[in-house]
Amino acid sequence: MFMTNKKYFVIELLVNNHAGVMSHINGLFARRAFNLEGILCGKIGDGSTSKMYLLVDNDDFLVQIVKQLNKLYDILEVTVHQEFDISVFNNFEELLKIKVD
Amino acid sequence: MKMNGAEIIIKLLEDEGIKNISGIPGGTNLPIYDALFKSSINHILCRHEQGGAFIAQGMSRSSGKVAVCFATSGPGATNLLTAIADAKLDSIPIICITGQVSYQYIGTDAFQEVDTYGLTIPITKQNFIARSAKELFFIIPEAFRLANEGRPGPVLIDVPKDVQQEIVELNEWPQSLPEIVIENKIDSSMIKWTSQQINKAKRPILYIGGGVLNGNASEEIRRLAKKNNIPVVTTLMGLGCFSCDDPLYLSMLGMHGTRYTNLILHEADLLLAFGVRFDDRATGNVVKFCPEAKIIHVDIDEAEINKLKNVDYSITGDIKAVLNGLLPLVEENNREGWISLVEKTKAEHPFIVPEVSDILHPINIIKFVSTLVAGDSIVTTDVGQHQMWTAQVYPFRSPRTLLTSGGLGTMGFGLPAAIGAALENPEKQVICFTGDGSILMNIQELATLADLNLNVKIIILNNKHLGLVRQQQELFYGGRYIASKFVTNPDFAAISRGFGIPAYDLSKEIDLIETLKNAIAQAGPVLIDIPVREMENVYPMVKPGAPITEMIGGDVYDK
Repeated sequence: MFMTNKKYFVIELLVNNHAGVMSHINGLFARRAFNLEGILCGKIGDGSTSKMYLLVDNDDFLVQIVKQLNKLYDILEVTVHQEFDISVFNNFEELLKIKVD
Repeated sequence: MKMNGAEIIIKLLEDEGIKNISGIPGGTNLPIYDALFKSSINHILCRHEQGGAFIAQGMSRSSGKVAVCFATSGPGATNLLTAIADAKLDSIPIICITGQVSYQYIGTDAFQEVDTYGLTIPITKQNFIARSAKELFFIIPEAFRLANEGRPGPVLIDVPKDVQQEIVELNEWPQSLPEIVIENKIDSSMIKWTSQQINKAKRPILYIGGGVLNGNASEEIRRLAKKNNIPVVTTLMGLGCFSCDDPLYLSMLGMHGTRYTNLILHEADLLLAFGVRFDDRATGNVVKFCPEAKIIHVDIDEAEINKLKNVDYSITGDIKAVLNGLLPLVEENNREGWISLVEKTKAEHPFIVPEVSDILHPINIIKFVSTLVAGDSIVTTDVGQHQMWTAQVYPFRSPRTLLTSGGLGTMGFGLPAAIGAALENPEKQVICFTGDGSILMNIQELATLADLNLNVKIIILNNKHLGLVRQQQELFYGGRYIASKFVTNPDFAAISRGFGIPAYDLSKEIDLIETLKNAIAQAGPVLIDIPVREMENVYPMVKPGAPITEMIGGDVYDK
């Protein structure tokens, strides 16, 4: 279900992987009153960096969100996507339903 | 050689050229203070950590350099928060180094433990926790780089006590990291396009702010304005970046801006917004701000572009570099028509000053004080009516002569900032204009001032109220005064003498002018308490949310 989404964007972040990075990003969204609809996060490579995928509303704030994210010290790369599979963000509860036989 | 983390911190601060550090010791930063014992760095023992961080701000704001303060964990750290937030909003480069409980106790609700890192995320440019003594070799130089680079701002470094005590074996002192030189490459086509807009414009205005101050670009602004005859308005943070004596100077804009300033802005066809952020106190209703003008926004912080006002064109970069690019391309122009319209508006809507015989009108006091001190004197203010009157009438001629809490508007800023400015500029006179409300918010720093015996003159414009609150209640809340009049009024002169600082209470003097003259001429710190009319208002005033052309009061017709 890879498709162009009109209602949402996904912001892909490459970040330094240490405690506190998540706080900086969450804090930015909270204090600037930006909506954050979903987060996926995990370490990559040797674990010194992580990838984060933020699901955000397609609204007037997007440009300002990206500019503010670019200013954060531990964010190494910011990429905005309109082509993605939104179902990944909609089925979180499946995580705990997986049965191992 | 063997060194502990605390010694490494002090050595790195010495290497950065730090001469003065303000702060208060406590349980978790005692190793740092122990290392300071052997250092050439001068320590200023403030009486409250907020005062300490504002002293650092005073040093930084008056010099443009990074300044440092220390605090212990828990309450020491939380006491810093207001001054850090203040530095963030006004883009002031300070570094706060806080003690923290030992790493193994973090998260256990240990004595004087608080999540300093978490608390300071939204109010610092960047913050760090040092997890090992070796990390300090990276963190401290990095903090200095970050505080100063691009748009400056505060940085906090939280250092657990065991990291301060950790012994590191060093064969040699690590070489400092090579300085990263950021190239100010600005696309020449953007500069060219901007210069064409300026040359083509009929009614251009320069709207300048703190970015010009931080970018050390006031001389370039002057040259651009003079060459092309562009009138200049400044924000509160921009005061001093363009001399008030210049005929092109149009004063401060905004909520308490001059009547003609706000009206002329409305006529502009090109607004050159340099180092400003379209703050609501400056623009009023931002949608109705400069409706006729094409706007070109130049700022070092890309996030400021189109944040509040969508502009026609923008350049992200160093203001000085942009101006140096523009200067040769901008044509000489006498702009007779525009300048004569500006002069006409100035004449029709002048700034209304009180009669000279009204000696105790705050405006007359501020103007009189300005005639008693050298032109390079530094003025600090607190926040409220006295701050706005100072901004309106004190003759600021050069950058870094006004230190004021612009963005956060922090009462209690003035006295400690004056101490910091005097430390950094021992040869200069420092004047702190304050109010009877503001001075009490960091009055304990009178003790620090007495310790240091600095050349600071504190002038309290005493109206026995939270004046600007009372004014808003009068104008916008039907005169329903609540919680704006103080029930009792302390004897500030007696308090000052109690701290060991000479003081004058002008309500008890017969020759006010002579007393004020003598007080200012006296060496060392002096406090002067001046009674002013309780119901005096700052005019003109734009109602919050209204366009800046809709001003209340301060009109020739009101007289």
